Amino acid sequence: MTIAPEHFRQALQRTPFHDRFVALSTTEDWMSWNTYKVARVVDKLSTEYFAVRSGCSVMDLTPMEKYRITGRGACAFLDRLVTRDISKLRPGRVTYVVWCNDDGKVIDDGTLFQFGENDYRLCSQHHQLDWLRISSTGFDVGIEVETADVAALAVQGPTSYSVLDAAGIGDLQNLKPFDVATRQCGRVPVTVSRTGYTGDLGYELWMNRTGALEIWDAIFAVRGRYDVCPMGLSALEMVRIEAGFIMPGFDFNTAGSTIRSGYDRSPYEVGLGWAVNLEKGHFTGRRALLAEHALPAERRLTKIVIDGNKPVNSSLVYDRQNGMKIGEVKAATWSPILKVNIALAELELRGGRLSQGMWARIEYQRELQWHATWARCRTHAKPFYIPDHRSETPPRHY
Amino acid sequence: MTEHLDAIVVGAGHNGLVCAAYLARAGKKTLVLESAPGPGGMAGTRSIRGGYHFPGLVHVAYPFAPGIRRELELDRHGYAPGAPINTTSLAGNGRHLSFGNAGISGQDVPRADADSYPPFRNRYLSFARAMQPLFDSSPPRLKETPFRDKWTLMRLGWNLRVKLGRDSMYELLRVAGINMHDVLSDTFVDDRLKGAIAAEAILGSAMCPRTPGTVLTWLQWLQGALNGPLSIPSSGSMQALASAAEAAGATIRHRAAVRRILVEAGRATGAELASGEKLAADLTVSGVDPRSTFTELVGLPQLDAMFGNRVGQIRGSGVVAKLLLALRDKPAFRGLPEPELGNRLLVAPSLRYVEHAFNASKYGEYPEQPVLDIAIPSLGDTDLAPAGHHVMSVNVAFVPYDLREDSEARKSAFTKRVIALLDEYAPGIESLIVEHQFLSPRDIEADYGAMRGHWHHGELSIHQSFMLRPLYGAAQYDTPIGGLFLCGSGSHPGGGLTGLPGRNAARRILELGKT
Repeated sequence: MTIAPEHFRQALQRTPFHDRFVALSTTEDWMSWNTYKVARVVDKLSTEYFAVRSGCSVMDLTPMEKYRITGRGACAFLDRLVTRDISKLRPGRVTYVVWCNDDGKVIDDGTLFQFGENDYRLCSQHHQLDWLRISSTGFDVGIEVETADVAALAVQGPTSYSVLDAAGIGDLQNLKPFDVATRQCGRVPVTVSRTGYTGDLGYELWMNRTGALEIWDAIFAVRGRYDVCPMGLSALEMVRIEAGFIMPGFDFNTAGSTIRSGYDRSPYEVGLGWAVNLEKGHFTGRRALLAEHALPAERRLTKIVIDGNKPVNSSLVYDRQNGMKIGEVKAATWSPILKVNIALAELELRGGRLSQGMWARIEYQRELQWHATWARCRTHAKPFYIPDHRSETPPRHY
Repeated sequence: MTEHLDAIVVGAGHNGLVCAAYLARAGKKTLVLESAPGPGGMAGTRSIRGGYHFPGLVHVAYPFAPGIRRELELDRHGYAPGAPINTTSLAGNGRHLSFGNAGISGQDVPRADADSYPPFRNRYLSFARAMQPLFDSSPPRLKETPFRDKWTLMRLGWNLRVKLGRDSMYELLRVAGINMHDVLSDTFVDDRLKGAIAAEAILGSAMCPRTPGTVLTWLQWLQGALNGPLSIPSSGSMQALASAAEAAGATIRHRAAVRRILVEAGRATGAELASGEKLAADLTVSGVDPRSTFTELVGLPQLDAMFGNRVGQIRGSGVVAKLLLALRDKPAFRGLPEPELGNRLLVAPSLRYVEHAFNASKYGEYPEQPVLDIAIPSLGDTDLAPAGHHVMSVNVAFVPYDLREDSEARKSAFTKRVIALLDEYAPGIESLIVEHQFLSPRDIEADYGAMRGHWHHGELSIHQSFMLRPLYGAAQYDTPIGGLFLCGSGSHPGGGLTGLPGRNAARRILELGKT
């Protein structure tokens, strides 16, 4: 990794795609993601949202933290790090992972790519080098930060397969969800994984930053034939809630970021119990999770559907109107494709069970005037939006 | 795997033996596994060619706690503290000063010091006595405190506030966190006295008289003084512990080095020997130092990451080398009367001398003028050497574990330097030497397996004491691995020949077994 000599003069780092976004941005609506300058909205939120759901969106993923993990002890190291059984992962496959501190509280989640024997890439939302280093003592493992060196794009939406095919990144028809393979885009090698954070058909492209613009340009060259839309983080927030994906650090506090005791969360509490394998052998937090698992859960991050269309962000949830507080909304959006009000809410459980009644107290504005109302909530078990085309192999060609 | 065992104790050091004896007495089928051919670990008899025997690394000690002696019937098994001795601070000019429980004696003793020594000693013994509940019991948990720990705190509070009295309590609180240099300088004028008490307080630790917290380290050492006078441990004391453990029903297997503590699904299931033999037991108790226990015997992959990280941060590098001398005749120290030869002899003639000896070790160098702690065990036990011959044991401080230049040539040059220094105090001793052996902290680590050759399995500093000893997450003798316990000097109350960590660990094990 090279650091520009005058880097400190720049408050936020630029990704290799920055100039392309600048050229396309009509809003100049930028934000900081992991110290990089990225678009919140490039042009129009609704256009970007519907590109994911009915066309093809392209988002800059470069700010994701990326770590290359190699060495004879790489598999054993990862198995001790994360809550899932990594020995089952195979080269050419990707898996969703979550990792905890000693107390069994979630530090972060991410995707783990296996490229070959003892060759992995871990992608995460937050910086993890310190924790990875702490966890590596006693293992024969190399950890390298790839965040700046590896540029990444998320190409997502029902036509994403066709767009990539037309852009010259072909032979993806047999790539199943969570597969990863290497392709060529012109002269530039690109690693393609069938993964994403949108709940739709989609791919993530990983490339050396030097060839990054060639790939961007190849994709945007097919814009005449397909709706290829650059996307910002606001649209991503909408689609990820529809897909039921959680975001550590936003939907709940990550371990090590809290000051108050008891304000961080375990995988069970954020609905990731399915990703915890207590039988696989030792991993950090196992002892604490084993103890927690033996007791009834106290709270859970839950998908809920709220009556009406008032925005429920930051609302509190009660067991009845004017009743007892039983939870709070952590992330919410109006789902344009489902035409319902959806949210992720942290709800308290009594004896491991949810309250029967559930009402959100919504405070909303009308022409600067505040109003308050009650809206009935219902839990929703599955992701809110699961289109069939998400997992079809080969994907439909448009 | 033939028979079912309740407990395996790794290491037949004195704490391992005490722990095994208590477990066996409680009806646990207990097996002690020891790599060495004899019992006692660092306190076990060490011999050099020609029939010379030394009391291991420990050549002066206080008696075992009366409770342990009584409960394990140690005296019946042949345990007896050696004859009481005093401490002599050797002076280069042959005008030495001795001190002990009775007071100060010797040449040129300043009147003021002779007057202030007895009340000073009594005051610090009263401090040690007041703190006894803390050293005697498991370190109290401060969160979700069980009644037993509340009782410890209540006894401590009562001792401090009521027994000690308000003024003494304030004085204890004032000095507990400060250093020996300041306390001694405030109290005494004689350099020999100040240097020797400071050396006594810090020997074994990587601390100098000015290191904050050294008063606490000294109070820890003085805990032993509550059990009886200082003596040279008799050669049979470790055998007595082994006999007591065996009489209680424990089995001791010598020359059985443990290679690995077996862990399955987060629980210790037994031990694997260097021979490959596997032994299964419900409980495994390690008398090995905590860092070696976790990193080498258990393996960090079996532990949570942050706990493993803390294990790596346990502080403790040995700073005391051992020089064993086989002598063809009784040595004579210039100006030292014959009856005082059996004392603990310290070359620590001033605070400044001790401070400077320590300085070199900070920079990875051998000290120009090392602090020496000398005992001649064969004076009291003629069986230790051939007729007319003697054995002399010298603790040499401060010899750092990490030397800037670690070579055999440097080591033997330093050994010569130590012998020459001895010769300055005991002229002609060099010509009496039949055989010698020099053990650097690295040699001690290699011979005894103690982390970085540290006497106490980890520094006896305030941040590694009480509920932080050896580290957060393993301070109550139980560890994050189910069924794995610690019983060595790395655990509370720490090093020294006390047996308390071993007994406390056994109590904790039996207490957990009850609930």
